[in-house]
Amino acid sequence: MRLLNRPLGRLSRHRRGPVAGLLVVVLGLLLTGGLYAALSPASAQTDNSAKLIKQGHQLFLVGCSFCHGTNGQGVKTLDGNQLGPSLVGVGAAAVDFQVGTGRMPAVQPGPQIPQKEVTYTPDEISALAAYVASLGPGPAIPNPSDYSLNGLSDQQLQEMIAKGGQIFLTNCTACHNFEGSGGAMPKGGFAPKIRGVDPKYIFEAMLTGPQAMDTFSNGNLSVDEKRDIVAYLQSLQDNPDYGGFGMGGIGPVSEGLFAWIVGIGSLVGVAIWIAAHTARSTTRKDSEVEDTQHEWEKAEHR
Amino acid sequence: MTDNLPETTHDDHAGVAMQEPIPDPGLPAHEWRPTDVDPKAEKRAERQVAGLFVLAIVGAIGFIVSYIAFHVGDNPDTIGNLGASNVALGVCLAVTLLAMGAGMIQWARKLMADHEIVEMRHPASSSQEDREAAVSILQTGLEESGLGRRPLVRNTLLAAGGILGLLPVIMLRDLGPLPGDKLDHTIWDLDTWNAEMKAWWATQNRTLQRVVRDVVGTPIKVTDLEIGDLVNAEPEVLFQTNPDTQAPLVEGTDLLVDKSKAAVILHRMLPSDIVSSQTLNWSVDGIVCYSKICTHVGCPISLNERTTHHLLCPCHQSTFDLADSGRVLFGPAARALPQLELTVDEEGYLAARRDFTQPVGPSFWERG
Amino acid sequence: MSLDTSKIADTNKDRPATAKKPNRAGAVAGWADDRLKLGTLTKVFARKVFPDHWSFMLGEIALWSFVVLLLTGTFLTLWFTPSMSESAYEGSYTQLRGVPMSDAYASTLHISFDVRGGLLMRQMHHWSAMLFIAAMFVHMMRTFVTGAFRKPRELNWVIGSVLLLLGILEGFAGYSLPDDLLSGTGLRIADGLVKATPVVGTYMSFFLFGGEFPGDVIIPRLYIIHVLLIPGLLLALIGAHMLLLVFHKHTQWAGPGRTEQNVVGYPMLPVYAAKAGGFFFMVFGVTALMGALLSINPIWKYGPYDPSKVTAGSQPDWYMGIAEGLLRIMPNWETHIWGITISWNVMIPGQIIPFVLFGMIIGWPFLEQWVTGDKREHHLLQRPRNAPTRTAFLAAMVTVYGLLWAAGGNDILATHFHWSLNSITYFMRVAIFVIPPIVFYVTRRWCIGLQRQDNDRLLHGYETGIIMRSAEGGYTERHLPISEASAYTLTARNRDEIHQIESDVDENGVAAPDTRVARIRAKLSRGMFADNVQKPTAEELEEARHHAEHEHELETGLDHPAAGHEFDDHQLRDAGDVPLRQH
Repeated sequence: MRLLNRPLGRLSRHRRGPVAGLLVVVLGLLLTGGLYAALSPASAQTDNSAKLIKQGHQLFLVGCSFCHGTNGQGVKTLDGNQLGPSLVGVGAAAVDFQVGTGRMPAVQPGPQIPQKEVTYTPDEISALAAYVASLGPGPAIPNPSDYSLNGLSDQQLQEMIAKGGQIFLTNCTACHNFEGSGGAMPKGGFAPKIRGVDPKYIFEAMLTGPQAMDTFSNGNLSVDEKRDIVAYLQSLQDNPDYGGFGMGGIGPVSEGLFAWIVGIGSLVGVAIWIAAHTARSTTRKDSEVEDTQHEWEKAEHR
Repeated sequence: MTDNLPETTHDDHAGVAMQEPIPDPGLPAHEWRPTDVDPKAEKRAERQVAGLFVLAIVGAIGFIVSYIAFHVGDNPDTIGNLGASNVALGVCLAVTLLAMGAGMIQWARKLMADHEIVEMRHPASSSQEDREAAVSILQTGLEESGLGRRPLVRNTLLAAGGILGLLPVIMLRDLGPLPGDKLDHTIWDLDTWNAEMKAWWATQNRTLQRVVRDVVGTPIKVTDLEIGDLVNAEPEVLFQTNPDTQAPLVEGTDLLVDKSKAAVILHRMLPSDIVSSQTLNWSVDGIVCYSKICTHVGCPISLNERTTHHLLCPCHQSTFDLADSGRVLFGPAARALPQLELTVDEEGYLAARRDFTQPVGPSFWERG
Repeated sequence: MSLDTSKIADTNKDRPATAKKPNRAGAVAGWADDRLKLGTLTKVFARKVFPDHWSFMLGEIALWSFVVLLLTGTFLTLWFTPSMSESAYEGSYTQLRGVPMSDAYASTLHISFDVRGGLLMRQMHHWSAMLFIAAMFVHMMRTFVTGAFRKPRELNWVIGSVLLLLGILEGFAGYSLPDDLLSGTGLRIADGLVKATPVVGTYMSFFLFGGEFPGDVIIPRLYIIHVLLIPGLLLALIGAHMLLLVFHKHTQWAGPGRTEQNVVGYPMLPVYAAKAGGFFFMVFGVTALMGALLSINPIWKYGPYDPSKVTAGSQPDWYMGIAEGLLRIMPNWETHIWGITISWNVMIPGQIIPFVLFGMIIGWPFLEQWVTGDKREHHLLQRPRNAPTRTAFLAAMVTVYGLLWAAGGNDILATHFHWSLNSITYFMRVAIFVIPPIVFYVTRRWCIGLQRQDNDRLLHGYETGIIMRSAEGGYTERHLPISEASAYTLTARNRDEIHQIESDVDENGVAAPDTRVARIRAKLSRGMFADNVQKPTAEELEEARHHAEHEHELETGLDHPAAGHEFDDHQLRDAGDVPLRQH
């Protein structure tokens, strides 16, 4: 009964979503039938996408236009700084990545926009994406079959992972580190951690080059090669940590810190324990000190 | 503080100079430990030590069990998300060793006699008589050998020893070949190719070597790349096989040597972003090609910022401007990143017009 | 032909060594003693005295780590193939199957994934290498800051310094062996460093790599250096280091009954042997625990070396951090002149500064001895506060090292603290010249302050924490004298002597030739010692005591202490019921 409890506004937005579009199609089929029925989905969808774009524009004007301009043309401040870049031609994939991972809307411009809570619902994101896609041709949101690893045989997967690893180490590790732990870029920028990120977003990031990242368009790395990378990253995620805890997966710096803090720290602790004086008793023994000392030691003492 | 310094003498032996304002009270009397005087405490300590040794035995048995029980290799066992074999073997070994160590230390601390004993020191030097004796012995040796009286023998011996010492140095000559001009060229230069490569090239009916994608080796068309694309690329010859034997033309360490000089990056930017005329002239529709090898100490660099076209080296953070002839913007590198003159070949694929015009990679003395 | 030997004495002494029928163990010992004079050796060494203090065991961490290195390293050699021949990987680690790689890398994967306990041994080997060098550093700092390097131990200091250098080289050679991406990048940088050598750089590089980088001989060459050459040198030098330790006998802290002429502590047998042996197992155990739980150098994630690949966070192991940091913060100076290139940007940080630093380490004992003119033997250690300049110098050097290590990890700092990479580098370029002098100054003043506090304790007693209110309403803290033993310990140190030039001219009135040197020496001496606080003289102590007695006299007839002497409490000194602090 959850559907009935929705506030009206949510329901109406929901109706305009892509799933709702399908529902309309199915309903249309059921109701009208025949050739007319068969033709109706197209018109319904066209109608639907226009609505979606319009709704996206509304959202855009509220949430994005301050930096990106009312028509997504980008805004330059008076002193020449780019407040927000032009979004013409960035495509739906860029919107889906930026808004879907919570990078956009940004709190303030800066060398790099950090990731935050996602502020828009999936439907709102698709509306925004539809609007921005309408500004100029750009990469579309990838099809799940482009990055999904489902339905692959072990043998296929194994080959993809091995190849993906080589592509990953050639193209990605320079910035994102061998384990996808991220790395530093000039002037406060950074390549974020990409371990454990949804394959869709990995794929979209390569496709669109978020922020300062280079793009790896399908002409650069083919869809299959991108999927190989996704497969390799997934395998890093799935594999156990054979050697123990990874200490952040950032290489020798953290290893050095652990050697000093854990290794030298604990061993100095042991040394202190070895040399510490044990508790002393005030009780005296019947046989006194002198008797237990060897003759030659006493001689040397003298 | 200088005025109240006491007279300090430089005697041979330490301590003489030390004028103690407070006399040495001597070693304090020995105090007993609870384990020395209380049989119960002693028994307890004994059990503690023995308990630790038993724990060591348990750890060792655990090690053997883990060795047999946990699989490595193709389908390794895991504990949590860690490799089971490594964790179990390591923890059991650690338990054994730490328990043994702790047991021995506790034994020494609680149960072994703990009387401090005193040993006297002796000066590190030999006595005056010994010194004199040594000098006279050496003198005798010198005289009996006649080393001082026969300079001819001495000098020829020294000369022989010196030249003998030179032999190992000479023998190191074959450690490697002489550099020649190897560092001045890369495999982008078709003249450096061997006969096998040239034979393959003859079958191609082309004049320019293509710039191909690394790993997969596929050629690149201008239209493949969009603004903002970065491609890690290599010369195409590295991915070719001998048409007869199907063996790669370059493989093994030869491949690594060639890659260490010839690796390049392609970056496509708006032609209007390009600053220097060299970069513009050597680019194709905004696609520029640079050496991937840092001019500092040779790390491969491909950390590019799409928005600024600044390329960063992950090793020592030298930053180069790809829009401006690879100029150094920041960091320890002194020379601009060498640019490769790019063009398209007869079939429309990106290709190098010629080799780099200067040696790539780290600086060296005779580089110029 | 058999000979009846029963009638022949088996020694040339007056009675046969096997006269008595000993038990089995005795028989073995006797057999060995007949040949090795073990009895005398045992008599001399088995009760050798070692003073007990935690800071004397730091070198042991290094020693035992070295033993762990030998044990685990030997295990690794049973599988490791030091070869750069390439083949496609077909082992257990599926992510890399089919990837061409060198035998060295493939065999390291084999050790990690197919040999039971192989990964553990690899990780323990790497951890103990890090600990080995770290422990050498800590041990060296202890030796430095307590003045244990002074006569007669200067040579052992030099041996120790060489051990440190060899240890670092050994570590570098070791982590280069697996031929993974990170170690290959390290070798690539080493190649860049070598090439920057004036005149012969390229020749050295070609000879080192057997041709152009990376060539196919560097791994086998490094292997033999790593498993034979340097370990052999290390073993020999460690042996010499230990022999000299036994010969000089260990230094000790000053205290009642502990003087320059003796050494007080536990005998080698049994206490010290048990403690040292136990410590070996503890070091081994901690290494095993780290190898079990903390992943180090996961080479399978780096992939095989390829000169066109690199990873973010490419750093060397921590002990090379100083060179890495120097390389990173060095400005890009390079001279092109007469057709040659001089790469100051690589030469200065990579070839000059490390050796200058190393020279400073080795040279310090001799420099200090020259400045002080102190030719005496020293077996009592100095408390760090009693050598303020030296302690401050160490603090400054540790700061330099720390800053350079941080500079070497500036990308890690940048990502973890959200700082700008460039700002960190600019900061470090300045900080390396500014912060160490500040640390030097602060540490020096701190030490002198502590010296002053020691003198206060000697002259006026310790602070009891008891606050007393006088009749006038003023508040003061009651002081009590410290125990005789503590007082002796505090005063058991030499007074610093400031070297002064006697005269600018020699006996004939002519300017002395070595005056300039003498002046430098006097200046250094003044700089090192002039500000130090010297221990009170016997007279000063007597005066303080007299003062207390005087006050005692004033107080006779009063039921409270005399004005101005309320809180001295020296009269309580000999009262049995006053607890005296035991330190």
